Amino acid sequence: MKIHEYQAKALLKSYGILVPEGAMAVTADEAGGIAADMKCNVVIKAQIHAGGRGKGGGIKLAENSKDASSCAQEILGMTLVTHQTGPEGKVVGSVLVEEALSVKKELYLGMVLDRATEKVTFIASQEGGMEIEVVAAKTPEKIIKVAIDSRVGIQPFQARKIAYALGLEKPLDREGVKFAMKLYRLFMDKDASLVEINPVVITEDNRLLAADAKINFDDNASCRHPDIAELRDLAEEEPTEVEASRHNLSYVKLDGTVGCMVNGAGLAMGTMDIIKHYGGFPANFLDVGGGASADRVEQAFKILLSDPKVKAVLINIFGGIVRCDRVANGVVQAAKRLNLTVPIVVRLAGTNSELAGKILEESGLTFTVATDLADAAEKAVAAAQSAA
Amino acid sequence: MSILVDKNTRLIVQGLTGGEGSFHAGQMKEYGTNIVAGVTPGKGGSVHEGIPVFNSVHEAKDATGANASVVFVPPMFAADAVMEATDAGVGLVICITEGVPTLDMLKAVTFMEGSDTRLVGPNCPGVISPGKCKIGIMPGFIHSPGRIGVISRSGTLTYEAVDQLSKQGLGQSTCIGLGGDPIIGTRFIDALKLFKDDAETDGVVMIGEIGGSDEEAAAEYIRDHFNKPVVSFIAGQTAPPGKRMGHAGAIIAGGKGTAAEKILTLRSCGVTVVESPAEIGKAMADIL
Repeated sequence: MKIHEYQAKALLKSYGILVPEGAMAVTADEAGGIAADMKCNVVIKAQIHAGGRGKGGGIKLAENSKDASSCAQEILGMTLVTHQTGPEGKVVGSVLVEEALSVKKELYLGMVLDRATEKVTFIASQEGGMEIEVVAAKTPEKIIKVAIDSRVGIQPFQARKIAYALGLEKPLDREGVKFAMKLYRLFMDKDASLVEINPVVITEDNRLLAADAKINFDDNASCRHPDIAELRDLAEEEPTEVEASRHNLSYVKLDGTVGCMVNGAGLAMGTMDIIKHYGGFPANFLDVGGGASADRVEQAFKILLSDPKVKAVLINIFGGIVRCDRVANGVVQAAKRLNLTVPIVVRLAGTNSELAGKILEESGLTFTVATDLADAAEKAVAAAQSAA
Repeated sequence: MSILVDKNTRLIVQGLTGGEGSFHAGQMKEYGTNIVAGVTPGKGGSVHEGIPVFNSVHEAKDATGANASVVFVPPMFAADAVMEATDAGVGLVICITEGVPTLDMLKAVTFMEGSDTRLVGPNCPGVISPGKCKIGIMPGFIHSPGRIGVISRSGTLTYEAVDQLSKQGLGQSTCIGLGGDPIIGTRFIDALKLFKDDAETDGVVMIGEIGGSDEEAAAEYIRDHFNKPVVSFIAGQTAPPGKRMGHAGAIIAGGKGTAAEKILTLRSCGVTVVESPAEIGKAMADIL
């Protein structure tokens, strides 16, 4: 799960990490009011779950309250397009109004679980403000990694290593040590999956602050963190994906014309791949999960078909514990109730697949029944292309 | 022969009395797996589906001489169950549970360091040596005994591959579902080491997916140390970066872990990589 910058900063602050003074606003008047209270130059920052906001015009500097209010007016409601939002962009619903910092130096500090070493790992670099992937690719020597042994947690010498890697000099080195140790505690306490403070800023008056903050959390742990779960902003997510998760379906929208309904994440990805292999393009990733009941199949259909680009649907179920005849009944029931107009290609393999074929055949509906995976993909791609 | 599980496997089912545990214990028994005990705290002393239930893995192991355990307990308690089995000295723990918090698994694998217990999973279909022993939730009937090893991060895509192999007349020695999470007990490279020493495995099918770098690590191991043919498919060629594809581990993050990168590395290390998931069985038949 992702949260907004203002939420991440509030969380950092609660762990004693220094962040710029500021507050969130959803109207231009509110923004002006916050700026008036601060009595200093402010930055107005669009709050969306994506980076690259500055380049897209989502971050503006204001010198007074009136200025702040008009900047907020421009940003609120705009469709912000950055390299991370995709071409359709994201509508800005709130802004963060905070003190403008006089920046001496920008640094980078991140934390992530390194899958290869199975250790929570700090990534530190003096090249702050840039994309860390770019730094890593061009100048890997400018990135320092410090892996933490989870049995003992972060040790002072490791925090010092991070502080020195960031080039922090006396007395800020001690602030850097505290910064890293607090960040580690936050990561472990809250089941974070990614923390990125880019940049960490050294100001002209020698303060060390988190000037931006991105924190992601492990979805699997959300039930033990109601405080974090509350921070979820559904407006930031694809509405069909939210609807799908409500029905325990795992759905990701893509750009193609062949809708896919599959059981299992791996087979769902494999089905997308084989559609492309035969010259088509998948409209989505959709895993109906282990219990592909009639209700679920119907919900899945509704979600798939809410995408107007879908010209054909491929249902690919490998029944193991799931019985194909039950899935077939679900497909028939849903097709009748929803009055489907797009061509449906069905491939059911595994447990009771022959019985399932018979159910589809005798339903009186026109399904294209495929014999195997390749056949199914070929037929679905052909159907989508002739309908387009 | 086979690896990890066979006729000598004596299995404990952790979470036997729950819905999933109960159902799959029945399926495993039907396949011929020797289930000797169940563990559900608070239900010790009872008998469930003809299987004696114990309060702890320690008691269950002492009473029955079990040498493997399968975990069906809910996600918030799964890592604890894995550690309990490790502490009891069970040699093999297979965790089927999906949705275990990553930091819980980090704790569990750290706890297991230095122990003699091997973990498979979590979030996996399990391990099967066809005709001998099935531990997990895979449909037994699609498998047939033979000489191909199968290792995979996915569930149903593994069934697809196994089905293709069986239809080509290629039976399987052992099929291992490694699991779709960022932290898993047994990775490709670990499974390959076991298949390397198995005289009755002639070739290996390896099904990977986007995310992480386990496939790349395995590729180098294959190039340097593995002399049996390997056929591979990598799922997620069409997956966009930054979007999690169902599995907690299946995500292209920071431009790393793409299918293209993995395929390139595997090929450069001598692995036969098929572009279409429908060609896995045929590709193996062609090589042998």
